[in-house]
Amino acid sequence: MPQSSNTFVRFEKIDKSYDGKELVVKNLNLDIAEGEFLTLLGPSGSGKTTTLMMLAGFENPTSGEIYLDKKPISSITPHKRGIGMVFQNYALFPHMTVYENLAFPLRVRKIQNDEIENKINKALDMVSLTNFENRMPNQLSGGQQQRVAVARALVFEPKLVLMDEPLGALDKNLRESMQYELKHIHETLGVTIVYVTHDQGEALTMSNRIAVFNDGHIQQLSSPNELYERPTNSFVARFIGENNIINGTIIESDSRQCKVKTNNGETIHANPVISNNIGDATSMSLRPERVLINPSEEIPNKFKAKIEEVIYHGDHTRLRVSLLDQSDFILKVPNASNTFSFENGSEVLLGWDSQDCRALDFIGN
Amino acid sequence: MSIILTTEGLPLEKSLKKVEQKNKFRAFLLVLPLLLFLIVAYVWPILNLLTRSVDNRLISDLLPQTAIALSNWEGNEMPSEDIYKTFYLDLNEAHKQKLSGKVSTRLNYAKNGFKSLINKTRRKLKNFEDENYKDQFIDLNKKWGDIEYWQAMKVAMPKYTIDKYLGSVDLEKNYSGEIIQKPEKRRIHRTLWYRTFYVALGVTICCLLLAYPIAHLLSTLPLRYSNLLLICVLLPFWTSLLVRTSSWMILLQQQGVLNDILVYFKIVGDKSRLELMYNMTGTFVAMTQILLPFMVLPLYSVMKTIPPSLMRAGSSLGGTPFHSFRKIYFPLTYPGIGAGSLLVFILAIGYYITPALVGGASGTLISNRIAYHMKETLDWSMASAMGTMLLVSVLVLYWLYNKILGIDNIKLG
Repeated sequence: MPQSSNTFVRFEKIDKSYDGKELVVKNLNLDIAEGEFLTLLGPSGSGKTTTLMMLAGFENPTSGEIYLDKKPISSITPHKRGIGMVFQNYALFPHMTVYENLAFPLRVRKIQNDEIENKINKALDMVSLTNFENRMPNQLSGGQQQRVAVARALVFEPKLVLMDEPLGALDKNLRESMQYELKHIHETLGVTIVYVTHDQGEALTMSNRIAVFNDGHIQQLSSPNELYERPTNSFVARFIGENNIINGTIIESDSRQCKVKTNNGETIHANPVISNNIGDATSMSLRPERVLINPSEEIPNKFKAKIEEVIYHGDHTRLRVSLLDQSDFILKVPNASNTFSFENGSEVLLGWDSQDCRALDFIGN
Repeated sequence: MSIILTTEGLPLEKSLKKVEQKNKFRAFLLVLPLLLFLIVAYVWPILNLLTRSVDNRLISDLLPQTAIALSNWEGNEMPSEDIYKTFYLDLNEAHKQKLSGKVSTRLNYAKNGFKSLINKTRRKLKNFEDENYKDQFIDLNKKWGDIEYWQAMKVAMPKYTIDKYLGSVDLEKNYSGEIIQKPEKRRIHRTLWYRTFYVALGVTICCLLLAYPIAHLLSTLPLRYSNLLLICVLLPFWTSLLVRTSSWMILLQQQGVLNDILVYFKIVGDKSRLELMYNMTGTFVAMTQILLPFMVLPLYSVMKTIPPSLMRAGSSLGGTPFHSFRKIYFPLTYPGIGAGSLLVFILAIGYYITPALVGGASGTLISNRIAYHMKETLDWSMASAMGTMLLVSVLVLYWLYNKILGIDNIKLG
């Protein structure tokens, strides 16, 4: 495989097993471009953290090779890789002040004292923690500790920074503001960031590209909007965002459109993403916000539904309806001025475009 | 400042105190049995020991008039006839009450030879005439004409004395109250003190060096292995101290296991078997093994709380493993090192059975000397004084530790 000119990190045929019986990471091939913000997203046990640890050097691949800047790094010890890392629980040195924490990577590199001070001031300024130099880590709030950890990972100007669920311990509001801050830091410095999380919101907000992990494989690697709008398999569709799944069998298919017969005999026009062989079972994915109420004439899929539950969410209203014999069909209605009024038990006409209904691999009920 | 009232109108502080007082009283009742036990079995004996080490009333009670007369005597020329007479009356009185044995024992501590002198004298007391006591005493035994005996008696007379403390560091008071060194051949305590502190320090360092890696391993192993290892560390705790020391005797003696192995592999010759016991080596080896768990446990409990991500962070920031260890891991284990060292050192300076069994002559410590005074010479005051000095040195150590590291930092597991 030729390496593209700006590939900065490359995983080549990586396998990883801890016990010699089960593979945690299976044949992983992944290129990360210089300056990219790549997120490894997946449920726990999917292999994403193991992948990160192999890149950091704390775990060794069982087979395959990792290249950093075109050089193989499997035999290089972590402290020589020059990769910055932000840990899940910050891993600040509790017996050192903020200043000493930040000075640690610089002193190791034998940098002059006045330059150390310069760099630390710059790093603390970047995370808006000026004047916190002399605090001990336990005198800081969770958010501040997080910022110190980020500053420490960046202060020695590594080209690659790894982040292992760094926002997991923060509360919701703080987490969101930190997401924007990290995004801005990434844009300002232009470093390559590999970020591990199980929170899809975080991944969608910050990343250039997202690699969705499950069962040791990358299920899909694409930009956030691509991932959300056009999931290529049922796992990704279900893992990212909310979803309605309709099972059925393909009865007619061409490259642009297919007809699927559902279990109760209705026919749905869908977008054939994976299977387009007649007779194949398929699970169709349909985003709740793509379901239209009282659709116009041209829409091919139109069905009557009964409202089971109305849940008010402020900016939108969630409806649970029964449709095609499924009682857990969800749709979202944005809170606009012309909002309909919904009542439990009343009937509505629903419809969706065939392109929004993606026929993916069959995953059963 | 206005007083804050509760809803019912009572001052807040007062009602809070009322509620808390009840709880405090209940808590106090819970600790009361232990408190009483401590007072009876711990505080009282220690105070008793402290007083016994300075209490010298026995001899001045036995010879009350002589004590007064000798305190007025300068001590640089022979005592006058009056003093001899007073002494005769006191001794006679004590003899009649069958207490002269105690007098001779007590005075023998002050100067060797007193015991036989008094024993010989008391049998003749009834033959004394009422005149010229001085000449009669000297006729009876010419030692009574030796000023040194009278000087020793004068030094022994005060009701309270620090003589025992001086004695335990090989000093003594002369008749004019100056503090001087004991004669060279009677200086034994100072060596023992030095040796005790030297052994305690050495054992502490050995324990630290041996325990640190074990504790680190314990804290990083998966739980099921670390539990097994912890049991191995604790096993000595469940074995009698005597058994452990005796097994060291089996291992270390000249015909013992260790020497046999060395001879078998021809590392030493059969004729030149190593002397590993009844000297300092034996004391060192056995004490280190026995005190090791006291070092492992505090270290382990501290290391357990150090997240492994810190060392990873250190190496991801570019620190070599050694540098990260020195700057991150090691400083974080200070509380454990402090606690373990303090514990081992304090236990070591008071150690008794092990040095007594495997120490021989050159490996005995100050506690063995204390036991010697308790059991052999029956000089309990001396034993008390030395015990008190041990206690004080432990307290000084504790104070130093608190000054340097802060006692709140200590972590005993």
